[in-house]
Amino acid sequence: MSFLPYGVAAWLFVIGLYGIVTSRNLVHLIICLAVVQSSTYVLLLAVGYRSGGTAAIFADISTSKVTVDPIVATLTLTDVVVEATVVALLLALAVQAHRRFGTLDPNEMGALRG
Amino acid sequence: MSERARMAVFGAGVLGFAAVLVWGLGGLPDFGDFAGRYGDYLAHTSVPQRHATSAISVTTFDFRGVDTLIEEFILFTAAVGVVALLRTGRERDDVAAEPESVRRPTAQSGSLGSVATALVGPGLVLGINVVLHGHLTPGGGFQGGVVLMSAFLLIYLGGCHIRLGRLRPLAAMEASEGVGAAGFALIGLGGLVIAGAYLENFLPFGRVGNLVSGGDIPLLNIAVGLEVMGALLVVLGEFLDQRLLMRKGEA
Repeated sequence: MSFLPYGVAAWLFVIGLYGIVTSRNLVHLIICLAVVQSSTYVLLLAVGYRSGGTAAIFADISTSKVTVDPIVATLTLTDVVVEATVVALLLALAVQAHRRFGTLDPNEMGALRG
Repeated sequence: MSERARMAVFGAGVLGFAAVLVWGLGGLPDFGDFAGRYGDYLAHTSVPQRHATSAISVTTFDFRGVDTLIEEFILFTAAVGVVALLRTGRERDDVAAEPESVRRPTAQSGSLGSVATALVGPGLVLGINVVLHGHLTPGGGFQGGVVLMSAFLLIYLGGCHIRLGRLRPLAAMEASEGVGAAGFALIGLGGLVIAGAYLENFLPFGRVGNLVSGGDIPLLNIAVGLEVMGALLVVLGEFLDQRLLMRKGEA
């Protein structure tokens, strides 16, 4: 059982990649990329987990308690922000592509006007 | 490349990748056995040293403050990039990013309108609460900024354009984004001038658990909250305008 979170991270990564490769729509492709990125959250949080540890927030617990690693939590926060910005930029590019090619299917885009 | 060839290449690649991944993951400590001393150190020094109870906020805004500054600028730059991308090619259509004359309702459903309107106030209060308590409990500028952004979007969902007196909402959001980004950098400069190092805490730490504690961490949270809210609203506003434009094109 102790490898399950790592397995989930790997699965999310691969299934997202599969979605990207088979995608027929740029918006779908961008969401698949978001799935790939979400595997990194699972991996980061899984790496920093400690059995019996609580969140590293001492509002109502003693400061000597075992906590999970706060660094991976902050890294995940950074990761989420980066993902949001990447998705926003890619969606804007998809809008531009649709304007130019009149389609969102990546297969037809190259063939039409290379 | 044909569909088949592509799947073959993908299959071969993914098998190789899976092998490397399993090899790499095998070297990690077992789930739950992580022994990073650095994280432990940060978790257990944030209350005595910074008088703030959320070790995650302390790590984000103090120990890793410069990182967060850069992260904030990533968001800022991306928002500017989205605006630039969506506005280019629009001058041809001769439509302003924000139509002034069109003030027709944005939604027709009455029930959606009342639910959305009823949720605006609680959303704003919750967002401000999450931002202000970032150094005490889970939350902070990034999370609270997103909640605030949703509260503003509810106004749009409820069927009205956001009105801020004479201020144009998009301009106000751009200002909020800029003020947030600049505020973070300026608070950092304050640390440089007063305490001798960039982003060094220069305010009194206060009592542990109070709303005003943790030195400049609450201020940084507010700056980030403004920035995140502004940046996301600018981006979403541009996308919504885009949709209105497309609808206009179809009509």
